[in-house]
Amino acid sequence: MKLSKVFYNGLIKDNPIFVQLIGMCSVLAVTTSVENGLGMGLAVTGVLIGSNLVISLLRKVIPDKIRIPAFVVIIATFVTIVEMFMKAYTQELYNNLGIFIPLIVVNCIILARAEAFASKNNVLASVVDGLGMGLGYTLALLILGGLREILGAGSIFGKELFGPAFEPALIFIMPPGAFILLGILIAVFNSVRKKKATTES
Amino acid sequence: MSIFTILISTVFVNNFVLARFLGICPFLGVSNKIETATGMSIAVTFVVTLSSIITYIIQKLVLNNGLEYLQTIVFILVIAALVQFVEMVIKKTSPTLYNALGVYLPLITTNCVVLGVAILNIQEGFNLIQTIFNAVGASVGFGIALILISGIREQLEVADVPEALEGFPIALITAGLMSIAFLGFNGLV
Repeated sequence: MKLSKVFYNGLIKDNPIFVQLIGMCSVLAVTTSVENGLGMGLAVTGVLIGSNLVISLLRKVIPDKIRIPAFVVIIATFVTIVEMFMKAYTQELYNNLGIFIPLIVVNCIILARAEAFASKNNVLASVVDGLGMGLGYTLALLILGGLREILGAGSIFGKELFGPAFEPALIFIMPPGAFILLGILIAVFNSVRKKKATTES
Repeated sequence: MSIFTILISTVFVNNFVLARFLGICPFLGVSNKIETATGMSIAVTFVVTLSSIITYIIQKLVLNNGLEYLQTIVFILVIAALVQFVEMVIKKTSPTLYNALGVYLPLITTNCVVLGVAILNIQEGFNLIQTIFNAVGASVGFGIALILISGIREQLEVADVPEALEGFPIALITAGLMSIAFLGFNGLV
């Protein structure tokens, strides 16, 4: 398999959020602003690259029967590393994301990539897969975070967009807005894909 | 915080699914039928309560002696081992219960409610009694949300939904509307 294809698969074709529909908790929770979304996306990308790298290196050593606990320990190690880094260098972001940083451990995307890709492919391909999937996840967070911040707060990256007369729709930065917007985004993504499939065939 | 406040707060005001976004995967994954939703809720209640107690004790006895940074790794291992253990015990002692809950148990390890509650108990500085009630409240809140949405989704199957919205998107929008309803509990505590 070509590396560019592996990357494209993660970013667009098998996008973890819009196509595979996994790892939703953090997506819904941290996208109250673009900045939080970007931070979370990069944290997950970091963990994903690290865990894919190590699991791929160890894929012939780990016995099949205990592979899941082994994967979980490797993933938890990288999550702890990322957590310590964020605590040291990006205190504000660390406080904003709160409990969702340790919860990266149970994010299904990471275990799914370990099981479906890194445990079967060579090191380079696994790292590229981690990068692609991680950036695909980040992309989804940026879109959702951007829309929520624009609609719900009238700003982007904390900068006012519309001036003082604009009345933001607060509901979009509250929990219900996250569910509804993500539902609409997935529906849009679905119909675009369907249209593309019919025109191709 | 009193025990009663914790219960009301976790079940309604800060519902783990609809306000805190924990456990979305099973919330959308196993909510097609009321029957499976009920089974999942019972299994989650059991595991969350048990794992909260055990992680609390481990935190106080072991991790607080300078090993706080191992929290994530230790907790996830404890939860995974516990789920496996519970599965084995139920299989040996009660085959009927195993048939009802068996398929949900392995899924629970990656349910973020379990790890989320365990970590929150420590962060909030709860004592053991408060921890137990927080765990029960969290899982009851999860159960209520799960059973409610499965009831709605059973009805949705026969409804005329636009093609693009079928399945997952309409479930998310339904969850959003439920979340608006739960906003009504704000200010209760």
